[in-house]
Parts: sequence; C-alpha cells; structure tokens
Amino acid sequence: MALQRAIERPDVAAAAAITAPALEIRDMSVGYGGGLALEGVSCALREGEQVAVVGPNGAGKSSLFKAIVGLLRPSAGSISFCGADHAAPSAVAYVPQRSQVDWRFPVNVADVVMMGRTGRVGLFRRPGAHDRALVADALELVRMTPLARRQISELSGGQQQRVFLARALAQEASLLLMDEPLTGLDARSQDEIFQIMENLRPRRVTVLTALHDLQLAARHFDRVMLLNRHLISFGSAAEVFTPAHLMDAYGGHLHLAVTREGILTVADTCCGDE
Amino acid sequence: MLEFLTAPLVYPFMQRGLLAAVMVGVVCAVVGTYVVLRGMAFFGDALSHTILPGIAAGYLLNGGDRGALFWWALVTAVASSLGIGAISRGAKLREDTAIGVVFAGMFALGIAMISTVRSYSADLTHFLFGDVLGVGDGDLLRIGIFGGLILLTVILLYKELMLLSFDSILATTLRLPVQALEYLLLVLIAVAVVVSIQTVGVSLMLAVLVTPAATASLLTRRLGPMLVLAAGMAAACGVVGLYISYYLGVASGAAIVLTCTALFLLTWAGSWLRGSRAKS
Repeated sequence: MALQRAIERPDVAAAAAITAPALEIRDMSVGYGGGLALEGVSCALREGEQVAVVGPNGAGKSSLFKAIVGLLRPSAGSISFCGADHAAPSAVAYVPQRSQVDWRFPVNVADVVMMGRTGRVGLFRRPGAHDRALVADALELVRMTPLARRQISELSGGQQQRVFLARALAQEASLLLMDEPLTGLDARSQDEIFQIMENLRPRRVTVLTALHDLQLAARHFDRVMLLNRHLISFGSAAEVFTPAHLMDAYGGHLHLAVTREGILTVADTCCGDE
Repeated sequence: MLEFLTAPLVYPFMQRGLLAAVMVGVVCAVVGTYVVLRGMAFFGDALSHTILPGIAAGYLLNGGDRGALFWWALVTAVASSLGIGAISRGAKLREDTAIGVVFAGMFALGIAMISTVRSYSADLTHFLFGDVLGVGDGDLLRIGIFGGLILLTVILLYKELMLLSFDSILATTLRLPVQALEYLLLVLIAVAVVVSIQTVGVSLMLAVLVTPAATASLLTRRLGPMLVLAAGMAAACGVVGLYISYYLGVASGAAIVLTCTALFLLTWAGSWLRGSRAKS
C-alpha cells in the first residue's frame, strides 16, 4: 500500500517517510488455533512515545506483542515500522516475562546484555571493542555495572528486569516491547524501572509496555491502549479510563469507584496469570 | 607405578582405544552441554537408538565393513533427527510423544533386522554396548574428521547457539535463521552420536552426552568454561575408564560411563557439602 502511494504521489511518500509513525498497525487480526486473539486492531505510535497496554487476561496483549516482533503472523491487516513493511534487523527489542526465562542458564549479566549485539556483530564473528563499550554503557544506564559478572539467577527480580532492559539498549533498538515487566516487583524496583524508562526518552526509543496496574499506566505513560480482543480505546489516560470503556474491557472483573475528582480508583480483580 | 600406566600401551588396540575415547569424550561432552541446557536428554537417548536399523542395514548389506556401517548410521541418524523435528513441529503431538514413537519403532526395526542373522545375540551386544578396543585406523580417521567438524561448527556459531538456547524469541526478533540453527543443532547431535557409537554403543550413548555436561554444570556458571570443563572431564574419564577396563576386565563402554558417573557423584557431593557449609 505504501509502495502504491509512493508510485502515485512521490512527494507524499517522501513526506510520509519523515513523519511516519514508529509503529503503525492497520486493521490487524491475529488468530490462535480456532478463534481470534485480536480483531481489527489499528493504531499508530509516535517516535519516542511511551505507551501502556492494559486489558484483562486473555485480552490479546501477548498476541499483539508476538505479532509485532514477528513470532505470530497476523491473519489479516498489516504492521509497518517507520513506514516500512519490515523492521530493520535488531530494531525491535522484546523484554520477555520473567517467568519465561531459564534463569539457571550458565550466563552472567554481561553475557545476556551482549546477546543484544548478536545480530549487529554478525554471523561467525566475535564482538569487538565497540560492542563491549555499548554493553558497558547499557549496564551503566541501568546501574548494573557492579553486578556484571553475576550469574543471572543470583539477582533480585528488579535486577533481572534491568538486565533485559540493558540488553535492549545494547541492541540499539528503536522500539522496545516489555511484557509485564512490573509483575512481582516491589514498589522500589518498579520505580527504578520507571526511572530507566525516563532515561530512555533522550534516545527517542518508542516503548510499548503491557501491565496490569491501571494507576501506574495512567501515571507513567504518555498514552494508554485499552485492549480486550478489540482495541477499545487508545489515548491519554483521562480519555481511556472512562467507566464505559472499563466496563467494556473488564466487565464484572473490575471494581469501579468514581470519586469526586472524577478519577476512578480501579483494581483488576481477575485471577492474574502469574 | 609408571609401568602400571605404560603396560597397556604396548598394545596397538589400547592406543587406538585411548585415542578414540578421548576424541569421543570431547565431542560428546561439547554437544552434550547443549543437550543438557536445552533439556533434550530424551531426544539424545532416542536418537542413539534410532541408529540401530541403519547399522543393521550396513551390517546385512556390507558385512563387517566399518566405513559402510558408519555411512549407513550417519544417514539414519540425520534422517531420524530431522524426522523427529518435523513430526513434533507439524503433527499435533507433544514433542516427547513424537520422539517416543520414532524411537521405539526404529529400535524395533533394528532388532528385527539383526535377528535375521544367526550370530544375532553376539552382534547385537556389540552394537548395544560398544567395543572401543575394536576401533580401527579408519574409525579413528572418521571420528577425527567429523568430530573436528562438530567442534569447528560449535566454535564458529558459539554466540548464535548460546542465544538460541537461552532465548529463542530474541533470536527471532534479531532475524537469526532460528529454524535452520535448530535443525543444525539436531544434526550436530546426530553426527556426534554416530561417531561415538563404536565406543559406547547405543545403550550407553546418553551417559556420554549428558553426564560430563551435568558434572560441569555443577562446577561453573558460564557457558564457555562449562564446555571446556565438560570436554576435559569426559576425555579424562575415557582414559581412566579404559585403564579400569584393562585391569579389571570390565566391558570398556560400561567402565567409561561408570567413571563419568563416579565423577558426577563426587562433584555433586562436593557441591552439596559446600552449599550446606555456606548456609550454616
């Protein structure tokens, strides 16, 4: 489609390339076995924007992420990265849920961060001075330098999460996807993650984060995406978190308390998959 | 004491056996480290058993020719490893179920083929438990060439295989050829099993793949040192096992495996003691 437009109106295509969204999803559906995990989702993320993805369990957050990183092929619709149909290699970083990682694997913190460089180093080659410098920088930014030689099972949950953030930084990714990075972390560790995300802003890294806590989503992110198989609402927290939208997304699984300031005190009471 | 060590070396079959045990130990331990880290022990065991019909075919068609046996085994091993990979990917079966079906079927086929020969039980024993002292110069050459190719591949693709084993999702997002690397690893295991089959046989193959790597995993928490340690210990166990076999008259394959197991138990006890002391 972009190509067609470029043929018809080259000037428009050039302008679009400059202002093209960091990530644009058009009418995307993702199938899972028989049914659809996501249906007709469209949205566009600006470069450097930090977006929270919220919704009940089974809302399709993980499917959305898997489709963006290329692990699942959308059954309909399309995804583009800065106007291109495919992201540049290493442009998308994925921070997995902590429960998905084999923490006993014989690697230390620096090894894991260096893995982010694998694609850029290239096949059959060894990492060079430039790669090591980037790894050192990334470790410094997440304040993990003193623990660089630790085996990864010897870290706290917050430290483990920071290692994977450092890996995404070393990868020099322009789009960062984090699947439930705050789950199981104490308040202090959560604050450290948010601090690091603030430090990412000058680097113009676009961030998409799945999380459960709607208050954190409202407080720390530029925009919020409310998902339950369909994209229910996408915008500022004030626009998205209305009683109608929330009832639509969570149904009976949510306690809503409308206070005088018009802000909802909400809690996702659903089981939680961790 | 010196004579105790040199006495067996006057026999050429012992010299060849020692060389084979060391090479096989190194190759299997390196490949086995990935088997251990990726939880593929059942696959490794199955693969060594699925070779049997290949060996049987070579045996029935080409008689005792070792070179022919090797090529038959190699083709069978690579075909079964790719077959298991394809079945567990394509069919709606759990991977261990797919492995079990192929494993048992192929093993039975091998036994059926060998049972058509009159000296059935003697020959089967040889294939099941190995005969490192029967290794010839041609065998040594094949172990050296294919073992060397395996080690070279693991060294060249060190960071890719590490990433694939630790986090295949990242490997996919970095656009690594994940599928090809997965199959390559299966083929590496298959080739390692084939070059080692002469030494330890079908039944004890798994121990050579898994035990030295398991021992190394107790001693180090980084992949590079783990590969080197596993290889070193497997080579040492091969030598010690052969001496035990020579002096005690124990079957060579069993002696090598038991030495590996003893080293594992010692290491495990040591790390357990250290752990309980650190806690108290």
